[in-house]
Amino acid sequence: MIEAIAAKDYYIATFLLLGIGTYVMIAAGNLVKKVIGMNIFQTGIFLFFIASAYVEGGNPPILTTEGPYVSPLPHVLILTAIVVGVALTAVALGMIVRIYAEYGTLEEDTLQEVRHSE
Amino acid sequence: MSDLVPFAVAVPIFGSIVALAAGVFRSKSGWAVAVGASVLQLAVAGTLAASAFGDERISYVVGGFDVPFGIELVVDGLSATVLLLVAGVALGVLAYARRAGPRSNPFYATYLLLVAGLSGMTVTGDLFNMYVFLEITGLAAYALVASGEDGRSPVAALKYLIVGTFGASLFLLGIGYAYIGTGTLNMADLAVKLAESAAVDPTLAQAAFALIVVGLFIKVAVFPLHTWQPDAYAGAPDTVSGLISALVSTVAAYALLRVVYTVFGTGFLESNPVAEAMLVGGAVVSIVVGSLLAVSQSEVKRMLAYSSVSQFGLIVAAVAIGNTTALVGAAIHLVGHAVMKGGLFLTAGLVATETGARTVEEFNGLVDRSPVGAGAFGVLAVSMVGVPPTVGFAGKWYVAVGAAESGAWALLAVIVASTLLTLAYFARLVERMFFREPAPQPAVERAGATTSAEPADAVADGGGGDPRGASLGMYATVVGAAVLAVALGFAAFGYGELLEPTIERLLLSP
Repeated sequence: MIEAIAAKDYYIATFLLLGIGTYVMIAAGNLVKKVIGMNIFQTGIFLFFIASAYVEGGNPPILTTEGPYVSPLPHVLILTAIVVGVALTAVALGMIVRIYAEYGTLEEDTLQEVRHSE
Repeated sequence: MSDLVPFAVAVPIFGSIVALAAGVFRSKSGWAVAVGASVLQLAVAGTLAASAFGDERISYVVGGFDVPFGIELVVDGLSATVLLLVAGVALGVLAYARRAGPRSNPFYATYLLLVAGLSGMTVTGDLFNMYVFLEITGLAAYALVASGEDGRSPVAALKYLIVGTFGASLFLLGIGYAYIGTGTLNMADLAVKLAESAAVDPTLAQAAFALIVVGLFIKVAVFPLHTWQPDAYAGAPDTVSGLISALVSTVAAYALLRVVYTVFGTGFLESNPVAEAMLVGGAVVSIVVGSLLAVSQSEVKRMLAYSSVSQFGLIVAAVAIGNTTALVGAAIHLVGHAVMKGGLFLTAGLVATETGARTVEEFNGLVDRSPVGAGAFGVLAVSMVGVPPTVGFAGKWYVAVGAAESGAWALLAVIVASTLLTLAYFARLVERMFFREPAPQPAVERAGATTSAEPADAVADGGGGDPRGASLGMYATVVGAAVLAVALGFAAFGYGELLEPTIERLLLSP
């Protein structure tokens, strides 16, 4: 049982990260924390891809080293996905700056109250 | 010919950079650049479409790698249709944006980036590449929604961003499952290998299907994953609501069709009833609840947004039925809905500019204050309900006949009922516009109380002639959309025959 879990530790970590990220996105009242939750969620997916590329006893995929190699493709894909994630975070924070300038709060409940009284 | 395919994506990206750079030297030069890039894009799309309906699909491999390893760009009849739609609507909305704004160069740079993302999703034949373009589309759309002047738009955009990113992330996770199961990302290659892997152990393919479909459901805004959409459409500037309501969900729905039939295939749906039930369930709930929510809205733009939830339910239903007739119907309704809904949003914007009316009540007696707006809105609404000979009728007809051919009687009943439900919320508005006296006073107060920045006297003097309001371009776009909604209805059946071979090949693949 424990062995079975230990063999899949990266995948378990992945789904913990996905769960934590989703929870923070939903439960956090602060807009910045929601964005942090989004980042945690994406990190879980990055880990999922990277863990899938691992080969037991594999070397880096460089021709001068000997095989077997770990799969390089997921690394490349995730490099792209990380760039996308950074861009998303930047845009999200830009919007949060505007929301703060407009309403003077980052708390979701306060924001709703302010907008209702408008 | 195939060398032209990457230009469908490269032209708008290049235009976007030029628009941004031109802003350094001369502000407000973005519009001209955007028009230039869009005309070029339309020419590329038109040339590709002219030869895409043949027997061969047009294929281009980026960077000269061999097919399953490099990123493949593919144009067939279906993607050519959507590509042409994207280019056409982008150009049409520009005519409207000239006066309606926003007018800054960064706005037009983002506008072209959105067009690039949408074109990329349309032509790509690689699943991960589709994710990248989905995110480019998303990023540009979030930024465009946030470009409104009041505080409402960044709040709506942030909600859109968080929910949209969640959807795209699920899509990526689904791609991860499919990749682990097969070791490939090329769609055509995936189709073969996924079927082989599913024959041994279907779990990975099932998980991939569920994650990808739910991720795309969020992007298409299928109930109950639609919550970002009414806020985003209502909070965005009128130009942007017109553009994104016409294109963003449409291309996401195209992606759904493409992934379900090119990657997973009919065989997968047949052997996994749960997968089929997922599509049918999403479709039925979306059609019914979307319409009911639309009836209960008091703001016109929110009502139109909920109407989209319901109409995309119809397209998901067509994907679930999955025979040639229904999928041709899905393609026609995608195009038709884009023209009609984009047109309706722009008309709502035109009416608001002329008279300040933004709520259902304020539409009372609109025909006197804004005859063109009321006329175009009426035609587009009638088309959306599905009265022949409009394009709305053609789309729904094909989907309904497809449902009957497959013997999906329950679904057929829902599709027919959807027409009545659409009538429920549009008849209310049409009746108010044409057959009621305008309320004597409240229109002025309400215009001030809602988000309209229009001075109250523009309403009091009866509107219509307000010089700083609507421009010729705005009228032309709105009337053009209304004329197109009728004209496409006549063209739809000929187009259906043209598209049939493409769809048949799509259904046969693996």
